[in-house]
Amino acid sequence: MKLLEYEAKEYFRRHGIPTPQGRMVTTPREARDYTTGLGKPVVIKAQLPVGGRGKAGGVRFADTPEEAAEAADALLGMRIKGLTVEKLYVEEKLSIVNEIYLGVTVDRRNKAYVVLASSEGGMDIEEVAAKTPERIVRHLVDPVHGLRSYHANLVAKRLGYGGRKMLQFVAVVESLYELALEMDAELTEINPLAEVKDGFMAVDARLNVDNNALFRHRELEERLLESYRGELTEREMEARSQGLTYVELDGDIGIIGNGAGLTMATLDTVMLHGGRAANFLDLGGGATPERIGEAAKFVLSDERTKALLVNVLGGITRCDHIAEGVVAARREVAVEKPVVVRMMGTNEEEGRKILKEAGIETLGSMEEAAELAVKLAEAS
Amino acid sequence: MTRFIDKDTRVLVQGMTGSQGAFHTRLMREYGTMIVAGTVPGRGGQTIEGLPVYDTVVEAKESHGVDASIIFVPAPNALDAALESVEAGLDPVVVITEGMPVRDSIELMARARLSGTTVVGPNTPGLIKVGECKMGIMPAQVFKKGEVGVISRSGTLFYEVAAHITRVGLGQSTCVGLGGDPVVGLDYVDVLRWFEEDPETEAVALIGEIGGDAEERAAAFIGDGGFTKPVAAYVAGRAAVPGKRMGHAGAIIQGSMGTAESKMNALRDAGVAVGELPGQVAESLKELL
Repeated sequence: MKLLEYEAKEYFRRHGIPTPQGRMVTTPREARDYTTGLGKPVVIKAQLPVGGRGKAGGVRFADTPEEAAEAADALLGMRIKGLTVEKLYVEEKLSIVNEIYLGVTVDRRNKAYVVLASSEGGMDIEEVAAKTPERIVRHLVDPVHGLRSYHANLVAKRLGYGGRKMLQFVAVVESLYELALEMDAELTEINPLAEVKDGFMAVDARLNVDNNALFRHRELEERLLESYRGELTEREMEARSQGLTYVELDGDIGIIGNGAGLTMATLDTVMLHGGRAANFLDLGGGATPERIGEAAKFVLSDERTKALLVNVLGGITRCDHIAEGVVAARREVAVEKPVVVRMMGTNEEEGRKILKEAGIETLGSMEEAAELAVKLAEAS
Repeated sequence: MTRFIDKDTRVLVQGMTGSQGAFHTRLMREYGTMIVAGTVPGRGGQTIEGLPVYDTVVEAKESHGVDASIIFVPAPNALDAALESVEAGLDPVVVITEGMPVRDSIELMARARLSGTTVVGPNTPGLIKVGECKMGIMPAQVFKKGEVGVISRSGTLFYEVAAHITRVGLGQSTCVGLGGDPVVGLDYVDVLRWFEEDPETEAVALIGEIGGDAEERAAAFIGDGGFTKPVAAYVAGRAAVPGKRMGHAGAIIQGSMGTAESKMNALRDAGVAVGELPGQVAESLKELL
């Protein structure tokens, strides 16, 4: 779950990470009033869950309250990467000496958190990693001992900080690491972290929380769906609200499978036979006939879908349940579309019988089923 | 050294009274797994499927001499359940649980490393020594005792490939589901090391998917001569879109990293027979053996 900058900064402040004074606003008037109260030049930033807003014109500067209102008026309603700007963050403009990057993320290979710092602030860190890896300082955190002060000191030293500046930087590193742990962050980063005259300030803030950990962060759970805005398409949002694991793709063959790996392999097999999948839908384990019916209905009701391919290995999931669900969905969706089912395993015979009676073809192999689905989609 | 299972492994089921726990306890016993007890805090003294249930792992171990544990505990309590078994000295500890927070997985793996415990999962279908012991949720009917070791990050795709291996007249020795999460206990290299030493394994089917670099590291290990038996592989996710999570928490292409092409190329360069379709893994193995 990706938090917006203003939300992430609330957590930053709670963890003692210095941030400029700022407020989230939704109208030009609020922007003007806040700027008046602040009595300083400001920067006004579109609040979106996507990167690259600066290049897209989503950041503006204003010296006076009137300019702030004008900037807010121009930004609100603006379309950036397919999203409409509805919220802005008005923040005091800083006088910046230097910009650096600081982040904490998960190192999958080493099964540990890793602190990343770079002198290349404001740049996309993946780009820095690709072009000038020597400018990135990595510190792998030992999960048993955690991040100790001397580890943070070493990170600061390697960035060239000494004395008081080092201690100030170390305080930010330690706070960001604590925040990452406490908030179950997949990634939290400050890019850029501004070096100002008397310390450091988090100019931008990113906090991506592990969805699997939301049971520890109930206050975020209810905002989960909203946070998908931008990350997910409309259909993906709708699927998510129905509890379906769904990814929209740009082809015309609807795909339903059980298990992420098998469903991905089904997509690949369709592609190999010259077809293109309209979606990825993973039923997961042990789906009921109702659940399967909802999933099939969701895919069949997609206008782009010319044919549906269902590929299931019955284990916990029962093939007769699959058959019942698919038959019910086809009955309920008005448009006739070809349906191909491949299934194997628990109650396979019962399932085949149900489908045969409904005139739906069942195949034993994924390759054959994919080939047939591609043929049927082309013909319709 | 990684520790796996056989017909003599005495297995504990944590979370035995839940619907998944009870269902799979029955299926595992039907397969021949020596399940001796279960644990559910607060349910000590009950019986499930005729097996005793204890409040704690230590009690179950003292009464029955348990070796290994399989966990069906919901995600919020999975870390404690796994740590309890690691501390009690059980090995391996198989975490079937889906949806465990990454922070918890990191803590679990760090603790397990201290005692040298093998953790399989989380979010894994488990592991099976074909014909002897099943510690997992895989459908038994697709397996046949044989010579191929199977390693997979995915569940159902692993059954698909296993079924193809059986179809072409080969069989499986031990099969290990690594788990679909970003942080899991075992990676391909750990299992390849074990298969290299395992006299019953003559070849390996390696099933990968997009995300991370575990397949690339497996390829490097094989290329450097760490694994000398024949390997055939399939990598799922060529049709995946970058930045989108394809079902598994770990199945995501980030930047240019983690693509199916990168993995397939690395494996090919290491001399692995890489199939375009899952079924081709079995065909390749048939030729290689």
